[in-house]
Amino acid sequence: MSTFVRDQWYVAAYGREVGRELLARTILGEPIVFYRTVAGEVVALADRCVHRRYPLSESRLDGDNVVCGYHGFTYDTGGGCVFVPGQARIPRTARVPAYPVAERDSFVWVWIGDRDKADESLIPRAPWLDDPGYTTVSGLEPLKARYELLVDNLMDLSHETYLHGGYIGTPEVANTPITTEVDEDRGIIYVSRHMDDAACPPFYAKSTGIDGRITRWQDIEYHPPCLYLLHSRIAPVGVLPNADGTDPDAFHIEVVYAITPETEHSTHDFWAVARDFALGDQEVSDFLAENNRTVVLQDVVALDILEQVIQAEPDGYQELSVNIDTGGLAARRILKRMAGERRKAAVK
Amino acid sequence: MSRVAMLRGDNVNRIHWKLGTDVLVGVCHCGAEHESEDPVELWDWLLAHPDGHGVSAPAEDRKLAGVS
Repeated sequence: MSTFVRDQWYVAAYGREVGRELLARTILGEPIVFYRTVAGEVVALADRCVHRRYPLSESRLDGDNVVCGYHGFTYDTGGGCVFVPGQARIPRTARVPAYPVAERDSFVWVWIGDRDKADESLIPRAPWLDDPGYTTVSGLEPLKARYELLVDNLMDLSHETYLHGGYIGTPEVANTPITTEVDEDRGIIYVSRHMDDAACPPFYAKSTGIDGRITRWQDIEYHPPCLYLLHSRIAPVGVLPNADGTDPDAFHIEVVYAITPETEHSTHDFWAVARDFALGDQEVSDFLAENNRTVVLQDVVALDILEQVIQAEPDGYQELSVNIDTGGLAARRILKRMAGERRKAAVK
Repeated sequence: MSRVAMLRGDNVNRIHWKLGTDVLVGVCHCGAEHESEDPVELWDWLLAHPDGHGVSAPAEDRKLAGVS
């Protein structure tokens, strides 16, 4: 059984997906309809008419209001019913829940849980995705597996060599120490793999102009439950970031995943790749998009299989964890803690 | 080789994989260290702080490289 973490922000869509058409998307088992007002604000309402449960996403917009496609119940942007067919009186309970939403970094985030706790300052950031200093490619793949399997997958990059052989594995990986860190107060997991002296893959040599061997960092920064960042840094050997954090002499690829549970057994797998070099170069964009989508789809195939295996097995299977699982174990622990905190708060 | 430390918080636990071995080194936020070949056991030790953390090694010099 999957463990949802409620009272959290989740990526529901790319901003470009939400417009004047009604968009249906299920988040943590809750069917939601998204659209933009005439003024461009994103609205998220429960996707069930209060009358006979007809999906509002199968309905139509009238200005900023949604008119149910079955009997014409009409809702405003706050979910309040403003028209009931065949009578003047609007019942007091005629409303659908409205969800807090916020647009950040090209994503539409939705708050799932107690709406009084929805604090936009809690939204973790991926600023590269709409920074003019970066060029970004992105996509969304449906995953028929529980979100924890995607977290496990992304927290351990050593599977690259086997599942993605020829795509993103490099020989230096096996000889690079890995450090896993957990900020216990902020609930952030960080896994660093810093290769001091590595061969420069031909793609990077061509697109960055680096000639010779490189310092290559691959740092995972996971903000549970939804946002996963992979900071990939490439620089000539010996070139390090400045003490103030600036890093003008390196090239950066920021790989972003948003891991949003759809149901207990399926997940929205958002992925984006932003770079600060070869800006606007379509050939480089095409390569990165094709390469990353291929890697994502390889993971999707494997995790879909794994979900079927898990659903078919009896409870209590004893897994074996080894050194490569250090980061994944940390992520599982923080997720469990977050789910538990919410349950504890509910009991009070 | 110097140890990597990217997070700056006051309550950060770290596990370093010792290159060329199967050994993991856990470093508690208090500075105490513990070695293990089992990440499950090592996280349990880190989270048990302060139990078993009596012999405190000097806290790491936190010279950090570019992450807030």
